[in-house]
Amino acid sequence: MTVRIETEGVARSAAGRDWTAKAAALLPRIIFAGYMILFFTYLFLPLVVMGAATFNTSKFPTVTPWLGTTLDWFSALWSDQAMWRALGLSFLIALAVIAIALPAGTAAALFLTSLQPRARTFLYAFMVSPLLTPGVAIGIATLVLWHQLGVGGGTFLIVLAQASFITSYVMLMVVARLQRFDRVQEEAAAGLGASRFMIFRRILLPYLRPSLLAAAFIAFLQSFENYNTTLFVRGTETPLTVYIATKVRTGLTPAVNALGLILIGVTILAAIAIEIVRRRSAGRPVA
Amino acid sequence: MGNLFARFGTGLGALIVGLVAAWLVSMVLAPNLMMLDFSLRPNLMPAQIGGLDDHYTLANFAALAGDPVHRVIFLKTIWASALVMVTTLAVTYPIAYWMAKVASPRAAALAVMALIIPFWINEVLRTLAWYILLAFGGPLNAALLWLGIIDQPVRWFGDFGVLAGMVYAYILFMLFPIYNSISTLDTVQIEAARNLGASTPRIHWRIVIPHAKAGIATGCVFTFMLAAGSYVAPALLGAPGSRWFTEIIYNWFFEGGNWNRGAAYALVLLTLYMLVVLATLKLFRVNLADVAK
Repeated sequence: MTVRIETEGVARSAAGRDWTAKAAALLPRIIFAGYMILFFTYLFLPLVVMGAATFNTSKFPTVTPWLGTTLDWFSALWSDQAMWRALGLSFLIALAVIAIALPAGTAAALFLTSLQPRARTFLYAFMVSPLLTPGVAIGIATLVLWHQLGVGGGTFLIVLAQASFITSYVMLMVVARLQRFDRVQEEAAAGLGASRFMIFRRILLPYLRPSLLAAAFIAFLQSFENYNTTLFVRGTETPLTVYIATKVRTGLTPAVNALGLILIGVTILAAIAIEIVRRRSAGRPVA
Repeated sequence: MGNLFARFGTGLGALIVGLVAAWLVSMVLAPNLMMLDFSLRPNLMPAQIGGLDDHYTLANFAALAGDPVHRVIFLKTIWASALVMVTTLAVTYPIAYWMAKVASPRAAALAVMALIIPFWINEVLRTLAWYILLAFGGPLNAALLWLGIIDQPVRWFGDFGVLAGMVYAYILFMLFPIYNSISTLDTVQIEAARNLGASTPRIHWRIVIPHAKAGIATGCVFTFMLAAGSYVAPALLGAPGSRWFTEIIYNWFFEGGNWNRGAAYALVLLTLYMLVVLATLKLFRVNLADVAK
């Protein structure tokens, strides 16, 4: 870990070449380096332990004692029908949430930017309010409303409840990009005789594409890992997060760790991919 | 509004208005109003609905105030969430400062990359990791026994487990906003203050912290709210004696069978959220747009 030498430290050592002063300047940096190492250990050790426990033959996931190394828990996971159903359901829900939240959030962003400042402030607060609402309350409110309309908990309500706050994320991300949009492009297209729909399809939508892709990705992630809201509207359905939490209660085996390890692996790959895409697009001049 | 139709035409404009209305009315406003309605009605048998007893009442809210066990759990939830907030703030501030101002750009980029990974990992999985770590026969007890720090395995599940799991799950929601806001501070200001003889604590107190207040406010709001509204950590890492307010709400719905009371409790949690957001915005003098970023 490289730490930039502070100007103060350089000045002091150059002037006096006094080793005690040097040590005094070095001490905070040593303490700080130790602090950083401790922090990163804290952040990663639990995940490493969880991952490592996948390879232990012990029936309860742990690394102490190490009873023997095995890959059996991966095949146990592979043949777990309930896990596959939960995974499939989570994917289905996430895709349905994107199908609702992406158009609704984009519409909200366009609506918001075409309002007078005063109305905009009020509506903005209304639109971000789902992000400042406890996930538990979002689930309960959705459940209670649809219960009155004769619809019980299940996939449909999970999608609605999740989309109600994920739309806010989409709105924020689209607004951020819309603010840098130059309306002159639209005026030029209109001057050249393009219809308003054509302008939207050929100018605005392509301009928003990067933020729409990023928003779809965030929406997927938010939906896939949601637990609090889902718990209240799930009825008897079991998406992946509920499946994992239930396993802890009803019989945790390292097969769940294998699942965790795979999900972590996918997350790391996705994080790297997104970072590469982000850097590439950052290097390109913005249109 | 006229603006919208002039820009997008009637068809597309109507679609935009329709989508926004569908979202805000049917998915945000109506559910919350129904929850409010539910919380103000008594829990009745189907036959009694519409009868003499079916009128608005504050009994469900009075029940929370009058039940000593629930009242204590509610207050403990607030107190413990504040503790999670303060702990994460104290732990992450030096790291955020280091990443934003002290580290070389390469080291900072590497640190951000390393931090993003746990940030994206599912909360349930992160909690599961602590469940394994803190288990009675688990690695933490084994390590402490081996080091001779304890001579009996410790039961970590309970208040300690819940707090440890929450700090772990939400710490990056504190770190990233603070890091982002310190990054925008011009380093020249810090150097000028140092050249003029300001001590390190004074530089932080008078320059860095005031500059980073929007980030600190955001981090505080989010960690407090995530902790107060958490369900996974108390459910997995708790013990019967460490119940969380969200667990009480859950029980009203799925074990107590009193949805009206559950809705009232959820509304109390929602009100607490709003108060915390408003108080933080006022205290740090920032507006909602800064926090919602």
